[in-house]
Formats: sequence, C-alpha cells, structure tokens
Amino acid sequence: MNLYILIPLFPFLAFIIIGLFEKQVEGKSHWIAIPAVMASFVLSVKLFFDVYPDHEIIQTWYQWITSGTFSVMIGMQADALTAVMLILVTTVSSLVHLYTAGYMHGDRGYDRFFAYIALFTFSMIMLVMANNFLQLYVFWEAVGLCSYLLIAHWYERESAYKAATKAFVVNRVGDFGFGLGILLIFSLVGSLDYQTVFAHLNEHAGQTINLLGWIGSEWNVDVITLTAILLFIGAMGKSAQFPLHTWLPDAMEGPTPISALIHAATMVTAGVFMVARMHPIYDLSPFAQHFIMVIGAVTAFMAAYIALTQNDIKRVVAYSTLSQLGYMMLACGAGAYTAGIFHLLTHGAFKALLFLACGSVIHAMAGEQDLRKMGGLKPYMPVTYWTFLMGAIALSGIPPFSGFFSKDEILWQVFNADFGGKIFWAVGTLVAFMTAFYTFRLIFTIFHGEYKGDPEVKRHLHESPWTITVPLVVLALLSVSAGWIGLPGEGLNLIEPFLGHAVGEHHHEMALEMQPILVAIAVAMGLAGIGMAYFFYLKRTDIPGKLAASMKGPYQVSLNKFYIDEFYDWAFVNASIAFARALWRGFDVLIVDGLVNGVARMIQGWGKQMRYLQTGQLQHYAMVMAVGIFIIVSIYLFF
Amino acid sequence: MEEIIYNSSGFPILTSVIFFPLIGILLILLARSNEMIRSIALGASLVDFVLSLPLLFHFDSSTYRMQLGETHSWIPQFHINYTLGIDGISLWLVILTTFLTPICILCSWHAIEKRVKEFMISLLLMETAMLGVFMALDFVLFYIFWEAMLIPMVLIIGVWGGPNRIYAAVKFFLYTLAGSLLLLIAIIAFYFAGGESFDILALMKGKYSPVFQFWTFWAFFLAFAIKVPMFPFHTWLPDAHVEAPTAGSVILASVLLKMGTYGFLRFCLPLAPSASHAYTGAVLIFSVFAILYGAFMAMAQSDMKKLIAYSSVSHMGFVTLGIFAFNIQGIEGAILQMINHGITTGALFLCVGIVYDRTHSRLISDYGGIAKNMPVYAALLTIFSLSSLGLPGTNSFIGEFLVLVGAFLANKVIAVFATFGIIWAAVYMLWMLQRVIFGKIVKESNAKLPDVSFRELATLVPLLILVFYIGFYPNPFLNRMHASVNHLLEQMNAHSAYALTWKDLFQSLFHFS
Repeated sequence: MNLYILIPLFPFLAFIIIGLFEKQVEGKSHWIAIPAVMASFVLSVKLFFDVYPDHEIIQTWYQWITSGTFSVMIGMQADALTAVMLILVTTVSSLVHLYTAGYMHGDRGYDRFFAYIALFTFSMIMLVMANNFLQLYVFWEAVGLCSYLLIAHWYERESAYKAATKAFVVNRVGDFGFGLGILLIFSLVGSLDYQTVFAHLNEHAGQTINLLGWIGSEWNVDVITLTAILLFIGAMGKSAQFPLHTWLPDAMEGPTPISALIHAATMVTAGVFMVARMHPIYDLSPFAQHFIMVIGAVTAFMAAYIALTQNDIKRVVAYSTLSQLGYMMLACGAGAYTAGIFHLLTHGAFKALLFLACGSVIHAMAGEQDLRKMGGLKPYMPVTYWTFLMGAIALSGIPPFSGFFSKDEILWQVFNADFGGKIFWAVGTLVAFMTAFYTFRLIFTIFHGEYKGDPEVKRHLHESPWTITVPLVVLALLSVSAGWIGLPGEGLNLIEPFLGHAVGEHHHEMALEMQPILVAIAVAMGLAGIGMAYFFYLKRTDIPGKLAASMKGPYQVSLNKFYIDEFYDWAFVNASIAFARALWRGFDVLIVDGLVNGVARMIQGWGKQMRYLQTGQLQHYAMVMAVGIFIIVSIYLFF
Repeated sequence: MEEIIYNSSGFPILTSVIFFPLIGILLILLARSNEMIRSIALGASLVDFVLSLPLLFHFDSSTYRMQLGETHSWIPQFHINYTLGIDGISLWLVILTTFLTPICILCSWHAIEKRVKEFMISLLLMETAMLGVFMALDFVLFYIFWEAMLIPMVLIIGVWGGPNRIYAAVKFFLYTLAGSLLLLIAIIAFYFAGGESFDILALMKGKYSPVFQFWTFWAFFLAFAIKVPMFPFHTWLPDAHVEAPTAGSVILASVLLKMGTYGFLRFCLPLAPSASHAYTGAVLIFSVFAILYGAFMAMAQSDMKKLIAYSSVSHMGFVTLGIFAFNIQGIEGAILQMINHGITTGALFLCVGIVYDRTHSRLISDYGGIAKNMPVYAALLTIFSLSSLGLPGTNSFIGEFLVLVGAFLANKVIAVFATFGIIWAAVYMLWMLQRVIFGKIVKESNAKLPDVSFRELATLVPLLILVFYIGFYPNPFLNRMHASVNHLLEQMNAHSAYALTWKDLFQSLFHFS
C-alpha cells in the first residue's frame, strides 16, 4: 500500500463525499473534512521524516496523456521542498478547517464551503507534490478554481462574484505565460518531467529565438531566459506580483478562513514555490533572476505603501501579504531560495494567524470590517488580542519572533547579491519600517483607544468560541517559534542545509562583518515603525488627518492603490467590451453577414429582373428565337 | 496490403448501427399516442447506442486499417459500391453520435409538443445520415448521407424553431448546399482523375497533379469550412442555433459541425496532400483568426445561445488549428477536441434549454441569481462552462493542450496567438456565468423556478461523467487514434513536391482534366 498517495486522496475523498451527499451530511460536513485533512497532516509528517535529511522520493502513479512523443504521468516528487510545503499546507489547512466550523456556523453554504476547501487542500497538495510541469500546471489552475469558487461563496454579493471572476481572469493571464513556457520547454527538451528537463535544459544554453521574426524584424532572446520569464509570468499571477496583483485585495470578499488559507498561507505562495522548484532554470538565466528581483522589490514597496492608508482591516492584511510575497520573490531572484522558502513558511504561520484573528474581530463586530468603526476591543476579546499581537510582532520582524529570522535572512542575502544588492536592501529595509507601521496601526486602532462603532454592535461584543480561538493560539505559538529552525549561525540553522538539498546551496562573497549592523538597522526600523504607529494612532490622533490633508497627492495615490484598477478597467475591461460589441455590430453583422444576405438579395433581384423577359407574348419569344438561331448559324458558318 | 479488414462475423454490425434508427421510424409510424412515440424513439436510439458499443470493444487499435468493413456492389456501371468501415478517426465520432441521440430525444420530451411524430422521425433520420457519413468509404454513398443530413435538420429548425425559423432554416440550407455542390464537383473530378473509381481508399493511393490538387483542395476547403464553420463562413451558425429547438442545437453543435473537420481529415489531407501542405499557412491563420474572432463575438452577445454559438466558432478554430499542424499531437488533439466540443457544447445547449423551457427566454439579462433556487443547475452550468474554457481536469483541457503542443511545434507564432484564446474563453464564459447564476434575483418570476428534474439530470449526468473521465484519463480515447493518425501523417508526408505556376493554373481554367 502506497501511503503517500493517501496524502492528497484523503481531502479528495472528503470533497467527493460532501459534494455527492450534501443532503445527508448537511451541517455535519466538518466531521468528514477535518479528520481527512488531519490524516493528510499526519502522513505529511511521516513523509517529512522519510525524506529527512537528504532523501528524495519519486513515484509515478499513472499514465495520463500519451500522444506521439508527448507523454505525461501523474506522480509525485518528494524532497525537502515538497516536505516543508506539505507540512505548511496541511497544518494551516487543518487549523483553518477547524476554524471554519466555528466561523461559518449557520451559513447557508456551510457544507459547500467545506467541500471546496477540501478540494483546495487536495489540489494544493498535488501541486507541491508534482513531478512534472503539466501536473503542476493542472493543479495550479485547480487551486485557482477553488479560489474562484470560494471568493464567490457569497454569490449574491456583487462585489464577491466580480472579485471571483477578476481573480480567475487575471490568473489566466498569468497562466497564459506559464502555458507558453511549458510549450517552449517541451519543444526544447521533448519532455515535461522535472528531472529530465533540469538535466537537459542547459544543453540549450546560448541558443536564441527571434521573437519578432514573424513581422520581419529581429529581436533575439535567449531561450532559457525566455522560458524562465514565461514561467515567472505564471508565478506573477498566482503570487499576485505587480502588475498582476490587482485580484488579491479584491479576493478579500471571500469568507475570512479562505483569506487565511488560500490568499495568505498557501495558494499565493505557489509562485514562490514554483520559482524555487524551477531553480535549475533560473540559475541559468541571470537576466530572469534580475527581473524577478525588480518585480519583487516593486511589489513589496508598492503594496506596503498602499497598506498605509487602507481602512478595511482585511485589505490592510492583504496588501501586507502582497508586500511579503514581494520579499520572497526578491530572495528567490537573488538566488537565496532557502531564505525565500523560509520566509514563506514563517509568513504562512503569522499571516494565517493575522487573517484568522481579523476574522475573529469581524465575527465579533457583526461583519464590520472598517477599522474606523472599531477601537478598544482588547478587553472584550483578550485571546484574539494577544494572538493578533503575536502575529503583528512577527510580521514586524522583531526578535525573537519568527518573522525576524526569515526577513533578516532575506535582507542579508539581498544585501550580498551581485545585482543592485544595496539598493534592494535599502528598499527592503524601508518596507520593513512601513510594515511595522501599518501592522501596529491595525493593533492600535482595533484594540486600543475608544470604541467608535455602532453602539448596538458594542453590546454584543464577545470573544469567539473555542473552534476559533484554538487555531489562533496554535498559530500564535508557531508565529513565535517557527523562526527558531533558522537561527543565524553555523549549526544552529536547521532549515538551510535541509532545504539546500532541494533548492541548491547558495554561496557567494558575504561581508560577514556587516551582518550585525544590518540586523540592528532592520530591528531599529521595525521598532521605529511601531513607535510611530503608537504616536500617530494613540498619542496624537490628529496627525494622520493633517498629514493626509497636507500631502494630498501621495495620500490619494496610496488610498486609490496607484489607480491601477481604474487603469485596467479603462484600458482592458471596458475597451475589450466596446471593441467586441463594435466588431460584432460593425463587422460581423454588417459586413460578413451583410455579404451573405447581400448575395441572396442580389440573386433575388436578378430573378425579379429576369421575370420581365417572360412577357407571355408569343411574338417576343419568336423574335428572341430568331435572333438566337441567327447567331448560332453565323458562328457555325464563319468560325 | 488490403486497406480494409472485413467483418468476418457474419453480422453486419456497421449497417445495423446505421439503419437501426429506421426500424424505430417504422415503429413510430404505427404508434398512436405521443407518449408512445417518445418512448419508441428513445428506445430505438438507446438500442442503437448499445449496438454501437461492440465497435468500441472490438476495435483493434494496433492497426490503421479500416475495420469491421462491409462491401457490396451497388451500381456496377459506375463502379459505385456500398462500402463501410471505421478507423481511429471515425470511431469516436460514431460513438458520439449514437451517444448523443438518446440525449437529444430525452431533452425534447416536453419541449416538443406539436408534431411529435414528425420530430422524432426527423431526429432518427438525422442519426442514420450522420452515422452513414462517418462510416461510408465510397464517395457516392458518402455524398448521399452527407446531403441526407440537410433535410431533417432543415425541418427541425424550420418547423420546431423560434420566431425567425424560416429565415434561419433557409440560410442554413442554402449556405451548406452551396458548399456541398463544391464537394460534389471535387468528387466527380476524383472519379475521373483516379481511374473511374469512387472508392475513397483506392483514390487515396493515387498521385494527383498540383493543378488538380489546387482545385480540389479549395473545393474541399470551402465545402468543409462552411460546415465547421470557419470565419468568414460562420454567420449561418448563430442564426441556426438561436432558432433551433434545444435538440436541434445539440445535434448541430455536437455532431454536424464535426462533419467539416472530419472531412478535412478524411478527404482533404490524404487526397490533396501536397496542396494541403502548400496552403497550411493560410488555414492556420484562418484558424487562429477564428479562435480570437469567435471569442470576441461571444463576448459581445446578450443571448446565451448566440454566445455559445460564437464560442463554437472559437473552439472549432482549435480543431482546424490542430489538424493543420500536421503532427500527431495536433491531429489527436483535434480529434479529441471534436469529441470534447460535442460533449461540452452539447451540454451547454442542454443547460440553456433547461431554463428556456421554464422562462422562454434566452437573454442573459433575464436571469441572474438563479443559483439560489436552482443550485444543482448552477453547479452543472458552472462545470460545463469551466470545461468549455478548458480548465485542467476537464476534457477540453486535454484536447486544447495537445492542439497547442502540436501548433507550437509547427509554428510558434500561431500557437502564441491561439493561446490568447484561452484567456478570452475565460472572460466570456465566466462573465456569462456571473450574470446568469450569481447575484441577487432580479426578476420575481425567477425566484420560483424549479431546479433540474430527474429527466433533465439524466440528459446531463452522462455528459458530466465524460467531462471528467476524459479530463483525468484520456488515454483510452487517444490510444485508439494513434495508429490511424500515424498512418494519416505517413500519407501526408509521402506527398510529392508541389510546383504550381500561375500559367498552369490559368490554363487549367480552360482545360480541366
């Protein structure tokens, strides 16, 4: 009996059972989904110890598609990277399943919700276990589908279903690049198997492809760079990197458990996972790596800047997720895949925690998400407060919380990168300051100060039930401690050598003497951000308003998210609809179909004209006959 | 080597499958009540489906040769024979036809109340004609079945259709007839050029001059492009779909459109290989244009049936793209995509029919929020829409991806443009979905719509199973194609050099031989 196949199979069976027997399990589907995911978790732990410290397990499960030389199997590849991802996915998923039982209690779509998150867990597990590009692509889109279905959970809300469609379509744009990347790999190597591709792709080093040959121009691009960038476009969609980031904040329309599971801890990190998994490709293309660094840095900064002024608590956390994903990409671009994955893991813990804690607040506030209507909630919900605070400290990068170690590792690696190291480090450090500021802006405005909301809601303020607080506490413990697997220093760092087997050791010249100074700067930035938030939102609450009024331009840009959504609506959405309608009315109906009907009408017209020849008068016919005979005889005689 | 493996069992299975529906018609003529007529029609089509299953099990996928063949001399004076046979290209289309006909009958159960007898007769006649087209190996026999399809289809649209049915029926009839006549001319030309024979397999062995191939290729091309339909010959399709009753739309989309692409595979490529090679570029461009153009057209529609009709133009663009990629992935992807399109688009038309039967409206704006009281319907529509946009895990993904692999190996630029199509497919399908099933119920009357009935479920569930079966395990389908497709490619590659001068072409206008 193959135990590993059960890791994805358990949640899949849960999905099938709940989906097919929705009537029978109504209201009780958590009894199916939660044990299934927990079982996956247990098996994932087993798999972890099977690959620890440096094993690799490759299996094929069945032959999926065969056509000529094109052949794809469904199977698995488990190494250190897969193992840590599986632990992350199944842990967060189990906790979110438990949380859902409390949070979604009484919801009309309770069972549907469980079915979908079980399906999501299955897809995500298959995604990280994939051993070939097409399987990765399939489950890449499958997690996107689950995300779509779950964002649209409250499908009667216009904002929800619009956000769902947007998420799917933007991801499709990314998958367009991803798909082309896969086609290019197949055309180069003739296989889509990871092992084969990684082993043979370097044979094509230096080979170029003329991208503009078809219009008679010339633009030669290195094929490996092109492959790497095409694949990365897929990662940009899924991990919401600029300029394909716009769907993620809107995705917050979905219920909070999925914001934590899908839109913070697991699915959105698939892009980072993919880059780490494909590291043999990226290592061959410095240009692609630099491209990733730039995109990561831009996203990290832009999202943090937007997060400063948002008022919806989930959106603040969502932009923070964008920003942190930017960090991870920055690390991967610098070749520090272990640092990127390390941050992915710690971020998974503390960001899931922050979302779930936000959910707990929203639950208590009867669905209110505007932080301007909150305040002073601390005495009412102590567990939520303390766990939220743990998450916030971890996100702000204060030692010894987990975010400190992973973020510091990224900044340190980026500082030593050959390409723009110091600049990227400076941006990262600035973002660390902004992160601490907006995170503690949340803490102070939600839990401290005075209550500013609806008095009716205030009377019902309460701590959440245990199904909600237990996951919070577990995640809080992880947020504190998860970083200790990666303590800086020889022998203390457990994660780096382990992951190094899967994603390659990273060595270059390091200015070791600089490390303490950089750490001190980063921590100081974090503390400064917290201090400033304290000053702005508790001491001198008039300052933010004044600042916004005096710096209208920068404030509006941040509040309106750089107007990117407006631009996309104008340039892509409305323009395509207008174009499609104009093309239909003006070309398809008028010209193409007009010609068809025109031919018919023309023949009809001829018919009408010809009718006049049939006058019914014998002498006309006789004359035509006579002329005809004359002509025929003439031809016969004279030619 | 003999090209046909004759059926040695003594039971003419192919003939039985083709003509069994006619026995159903005889029984219907005796029936008294409408209920009985429906039951007989359903029974006959189900028996025919069961009859066709042995084709699947006895199919030998190791050979490209025509199987289960039957041949009888028919009109010896003109060397016309009654020859039947199936190979890996036609097998699945035959099964698709016998599989979908009972579904069409079932979905018309209550939708057709007037002239039930005539309607069921038309459907069964249609089935016989379609099956004949896929199995005929003699050009005359083929052409008779080909033209025979037109009559019942025109009746289905013209008698049981919507308000503008006469216009749509006449347009459909004349348009496709115009294409058929070109096909007839090509057939006659081959008769003389190939040594007075209508034997399709024998004709494939002949070598034809470039000039001859030029004319026959374009005659085939026009005839089949109208059927597919390829841009710019597609405008009959939205009209026909919108006016046709649900069963008509399903047959039209699921089987009839495949006639064109089947024609390309069966006749155009093997009979005019050099010309096919020479004009690939043009056809690929037409295909990609159809993919993108159909997608944009679909986006602009406010009528669900029109939207799906235009999406068919886009999807069939993938099929022609795969065929003219001239490699195994492209062609197998195209054949699979023909089946997938039959399943998925057929299901989408059934879905539209289900709500049309309740509200008599196909306008997207007349719906909205029906997921609330029709959850099962919403789930089914969602799954079929996702299949239509090529989501991995569903059937269409496999077909489209193989086509894209084939196209990419053949011509990267074309493949890149075709890949754009998958973005737009997501846009127009999801946009329709959100306007139909999501949101609040706008129209009061929609709040009381009952969810799908058992009968409606029975029409959709078989298709649903296939959507996932092909999505997760396409190999049983692909395996049966390999030998035939490889053989087709060999035939294609054995083509001679194609040197055609303007002078030859000009002269041929006056001395056609």
